[in-house]
Amino acid sequence: MAKVSPGGKNHSRPLLEVRNLHAAAGDAEILRGLDLTVNLGEVHAIMGPNGSGKSTFTNVLAGRPEYRVTEGEVRYEGEDLLALTPENRALAGIFLAFQYPVELPGVRSREFLKAALDAVHEHRGLPKLSVREFNKLVEQRVREVEMDADLMKRSVNEGFSGGEKKRNEILQMSVLDPKLALLDETDSGLDIDALRIVAEGVNRFRAPDKAIVIVTHYQRILNYITPDYVHVLLDGRIVRSGGREIALELEAKGYEWIKEAVESGRISV
Amino acid sequence: MTQAVAPYDTYLSDFRTFEDALPPGEPAWLRELRERAISRFAELGFPTARRGNEPWKYTNVAPIAEGRFAYSAATAPAVTPDEIRSGTVWDEGWHSLVFVNGRYSPALSTAAPASGARVASLAEAVRADGPLVRRHLAQHAGFQDSGFTALNTAFLSDGAFVHLPEGVELKTPVHLVFVSTSDAGPSVSYPRTLVVAGANSKAAVIESYIGLGAARYLTNAVTEIALEDGAQVDHYKLMLEGEDAFHVAGTRVDQGRDSTYFSLSYSMGALIGRNDLRVLLDGPGGSARLNGLYVTAGSQHLDNYINIDHAKPHCTSRLYYKGILDGESRAVFGGTVLVRPGAAKTDAYQEDKNLLLSEKAEVDSKPSLEIYADDVKCGHGATAGTVTEDAIFYMRSRGLDLEKASALLIQGFASEITDTVRIAPLRAYLERLTLAALRGFKYGLTP
Repeated sequence: MAKVSPGGKNHSRPLLEVRNLHAAAGDAEILRGLDLTVNLGEVHAIMGPNGSGKSTFTNVLAGRPEYRVTEGEVRYEGEDLLALTPENRALAGIFLAFQYPVELPGVRSREFLKAALDAVHEHRGLPKLSVREFNKLVEQRVREVEMDADLMKRSVNEGFSGGEKKRNEILQMSVLDPKLALLDETDSGLDIDALRIVAEGVNRFRAPDKAIVIVTHYQRILNYITPDYVHVLLDGRIVRSGGREIALELEAKGYEWIKEAVESGRISV
Repeated sequence: MTQAVAPYDTYLSDFRTFEDALPPGEPAWLRELRERAISRFAELGFPTARRGNEPWKYTNVAPIAEGRFAYSAATAPAVTPDEIRSGTVWDEGWHSLVFVNGRYSPALSTAAPASGARVASLAEAVRADGPLVRRHLAQHAGFQDSGFTALNTAFLSDGAFVHLPEGVELKTPVHLVFVSTSDAGPSVSYPRTLVVAGANSKAAVIESYIGLGAARYLTNAVTEIALEDGAQVDHYKLMLEGEDAFHVAGTRVDQGRDSTYFSLSYSMGALIGRNDLRVLLDGPGGSARLNGLYVTAGSQHLDNYINIDHAKPHCTSRLYYKGILDGESRAVFGGTVLVRPGAAKTDAYQEDKNLLLSEKAEVDSKPSLEIYADDVKCGHGATAGTVTEDAIFYMRSRGLDLEKASALLIQGFASEITDTVRIAPLRAYLERLTLAALRGFKYGLTP
């Protein structure tokens, strides 16, 4: 049994509880008994080599249809998350920042974000923002992520650079204001400026009533965002959990070291 | 060679009835024109969808030939302004001419603003502008190789006439509304439009085709547009016929030197629809931009057949059509860019993109090029696809349900065409119309 993070800080119930999660894409089983508990206020980093199941995990949580959960359970605020449609997961407060944000030709960024925010507000029983209120909010958030305001007039992600796409993800996150942010390799392909901007966005989002799960291959982004917990994902399972020191150890020794340690039984899973 | 399909005797006997009822005092040239046209129709009949008849390969007109659509010379039934406005876009500021079953209705039309242009019914123009009309009528849309055009020309008695004298610029659009009322049984109307744009003149012309009756009907329309040197014409054709209607429209555009033609074809109604558009670039420096959007559902069949004829050098043509198909509907996109010998520096591109929302929808897209000149830049492309799962999941992960996500994507697909409408109220109308149609679609997507 892998170590899981200690139970809630003044919260009776974890925000997210993942138990023995198995998931497959087609015939290939990718997650093989993943356990994780995330409480409000926490930032978790999940590190792992290519093919270990990092992206699969965040996508399964967000409800991507091509993954099939074969075993285990996921509770979000105590409820069965896997029974919800992707949109209902989003409305319940889960946000996935995509590793490869999708281009939506002809769908203007501003209209897309307004439609999404309207749906979220309706779900939360909040009044819809007027166009003026919405524009003001977006203008402020666009400035925070140092995005070119003209991008909001264009089709979603179409013709955006890699860095612009990732900043757009953080922008959407800050406008939609979810409870649980899942960042899928958000640091990959970013230059140092874009990485700083994205990290600042995540740090602004960090709050006692939020939780963040960052999935990453490299520990680079963790120089900017200090996680409370670091987990190592290998072959679809979390094989090691601890504090920030694990990330540094991985950087120093590489993933081969931990693979060998698991295989030789020095780390029990 | 086009083969006749029997029976079409109804049309021939209707012609004699029609001819007998014509008002006396019509010019001889018009009567002779009709006689030649009906003779040609008698030879040609309707085209068939048989192999080897490339222009009609995918569209079976047997239901039209066998439909026994009757021509009625009787007074058209009363149509109210509200009925017109429920069928198409309407703007009080435009100069609108309404035709009921092909006949001009002064009561439903709006008065001409002083503009320097002549906008009138064709019947009146034949009386008042005989030589000018004679010089152009049936001169751009020949009927030697088209049974439908021949038949329209045989039944020519009224229609729309727009003449822009040299240098005249129309500030407001001219809207031609062709209404079919068909409660009395299968009927046919022959809308006819002639637009003569003098040198360096400029105008926007909108054609709307709508149906108000319950019965099946046929619209067999012919539009001729002549652009003299330096003229600019924006031409919008809205095919919004009744869902049981047949619509066959031939549009012929002749362009002079340095003229600019913009066409936007929006097709949504009709059970069987065919848009036959031919643009002749007949002077150096001419440019044609042809955009189109077709939205089909149920068992609709829509055929866009477009020929662009680059006869002179230094001309540019751009064709961009998009289709959204639901249900068991079928679309055809065909036609050719022809670059004649000597048409050097031709720059032509044609593209047709389709979004199939149902597994049973089908499109045959066959753009083609025929190039007989050197030093030209030509290309074409055609695609058909569905809404991608990735895009849908991305949108759902932001809280939008499947229906809303699909609607946004499909609207986005359509907006590439509707965004090019240069008349704001018309653009808004077409956006609303597209959105309303999509609401009724079944999307064919699995959650």
